[in-house]
Amino acid sequence: MIRVFLVDDHRLFLSGVKSELRVGFEVVGTASDVDTAIAGIRRTRPDVVLLDVHMPGGGGRTVIEAIAKERPDTQFLALSVSDAAEDVIAIVRAGARGYVTKSISPAELTDAIRRVHDGDAVFSPRLAGFVLDAFASDAIQPVDPELDQLTTREREVLRHIARGFTYKVIGQRLHISVKTVETHVSAVLRKLQLSNRHELTRWATDRRLV
Amino acid sequence: MAGGLGERFGVDPVYVRASLLGLSLAGGVGVFAYLLIWTLADQERPAGAAVRPPSVQRNAGTAFIVFGALLLLREAGFWLGDAVVWPVALVTLGSSVIWSRGATGDSAGWNRLASAATNAESPGRAALVRLGAGGLLVVSGLATFLVGSDTLRTTGGAVIAVAITGLGVGLILGPWMVRQAQQLAEERRERIRSQERAEVAAHLHDSVLQTLAMIQRSDSSRRMVGLARSQERELRAWLYGADDEHAADRLQPVFEDVAARIEQRYELPVELVVVGDMLVDDQVHALSSAAYEALQNAAQHSGATSVSMYVEVEPEHVTVFVRDEGKGFDPDAIPDDRRGLDESIVGRMQRHGGRATIRSDAGVGTEIELQLPREGSR
Repeated sequence: MIRVFLVDDHRLFLSGVKSELRVGFEVVGTASDVDTAIAGIRRTRPDVVLLDVHMPGGGGRTVIEAIAKERPDTQFLALSVSDAAEDVIAIVRAGARGYVTKSISPAELTDAIRRVHDGDAVFSPRLAGFVLDAFASDAIQPVDPELDQLTTREREVLRHIARGFTYKVIGQRLHISVKTVETHVSAVLRKLQLSNRHELTRWATDRRLV
Repeated sequence: MAGGLGERFGVDPVYVRASLLGLSLAGGVGVFAYLLIWTLADQERPAGAAVRPPSVQRNAGTAFIVFGALLLLREAGFWLGDAVVWPVALVTLGSSVIWSRGATGDSAGWNRLASAATNAESPGRAALVRLGAGGLLVVSGLATFLVGSDTLRTTGGAVIAVAITGLGVGLILGPWMVRQAQQLAEERRERIRSQERAEVAAHLHDSVLQTLAMIQRSDSSRRMVGLARSQERELRAWLYGADDEHAADRLQPVFEDVAARIEQRYELPVELVVVGDMLVDDQVHALSSAAYEALQNAAQHSGATSVSMYVEVEPEHVTVFVRDEGKGFDPDAIPDDRRGLDESIVGRMQRHGGRATIRSDAGVGTEIELQLPREGSR
């Protein structure tokens, strides 16, 4: 049983997701603004927090920043109708282990929550595209090659995610195990969160639209 | 002209005309006032009104006509005296020369110099010449007045000299300050407009986009979901769209349009991901047309519930993947009525120096890969 906390200021959406998370999940609490969310998460200690990027009082990023340090076991999955690159990059860099859009199907959503709970990263095709784009320019010498560049294999995995393949099919096509695919994606997530590469920020603000 | 001036100061144009006429009769000062105001009032022209580009011939012609008229007035006796009229004429002419609008119809004189200075480019020679000549005319006009005026010798000369100098500076800089003020006001209006737009965007984001997302993940009919999707796409493009100039010739909007057309026509969701960007050229058009055919094939024959399209721009080439998880087919056994694949996709790619690769497995799905070299890299 995965304990889930929902943070979203749209009650319609809250109740919709709540009704979808029946088998294998327990919704331990919901909140519609940042302060209630932080208090609620401290009290209920959920495994996974599902949160909206945009909210009154600071947005999902503020919640992650307040909770992440004191409760390292809590995982965050960002959920939004906004596809603006700067929002996506910002929330992932704040500590979310994945990003999905609200039009995601119920089956895909439960799958994503399970994956995040297992400590894996959840990259939608769109997020994979953003990351490839952000890391694409090789013109400038990276400050820290370990963090500032993607390996050929990581790039290959991201391309397949962007093309819409599941991890399982990616593994088959690249002749690697699903576990290895997940390892690559997590490595990319780590680079995305830790890299200080200045183009990341600049790219995200430049590119306002997808 | 008089109408515009009257409107600006809230006076009936008839009075403006009468006073200008009176001034003209009283020694030609009104004529110059009219000309000076004409050069300044250009910005007040209502939007949409035709702006006739000033030509050297016309300006010279106007000058000669005015000169002739002045001589006539002098002969006729409506005259304030040489010591007043000729300096005023010189000053007005100089001021007009500085502030007359260039052939571009926009910035002139100081404005052009200032913008040239900030751009670290050499200012247009015409602007420099105009500024120099105009400045000379203004200064010499004022000097003539000072020298020719008896009042200077009889009354407190210093006061008048200061006043005259102030007038000269005002004539040279005044119009510039007026235009700066107008520009500032325009910028402020623009800022307010974009703030309002941001507020509207935030509101729509919180309400309409959320609702459209809800409809898409509900059990609504395929048609409703398709409608919600295309509405969301349109709204999003408007909310987060880059300014039109920027977006008009980029690759990404071209493929967004392809995806939107398929979604609308076949009610089939298209997941589009674009990595990299470039200017639209023939290769991009060929790719987008082929991609449309590939998506259409998937929509009509695959039976899949969604299609993915991935576009990646690399230094040497552009690649498009169109993928569905439908029933798949045997590329070697395509019936004759499905020539689209051969002609519009494979043939088109070959004609543009690229290739199309079709991978399809029965029961697993189809992926069509399109690749073209970028122009200039061949």
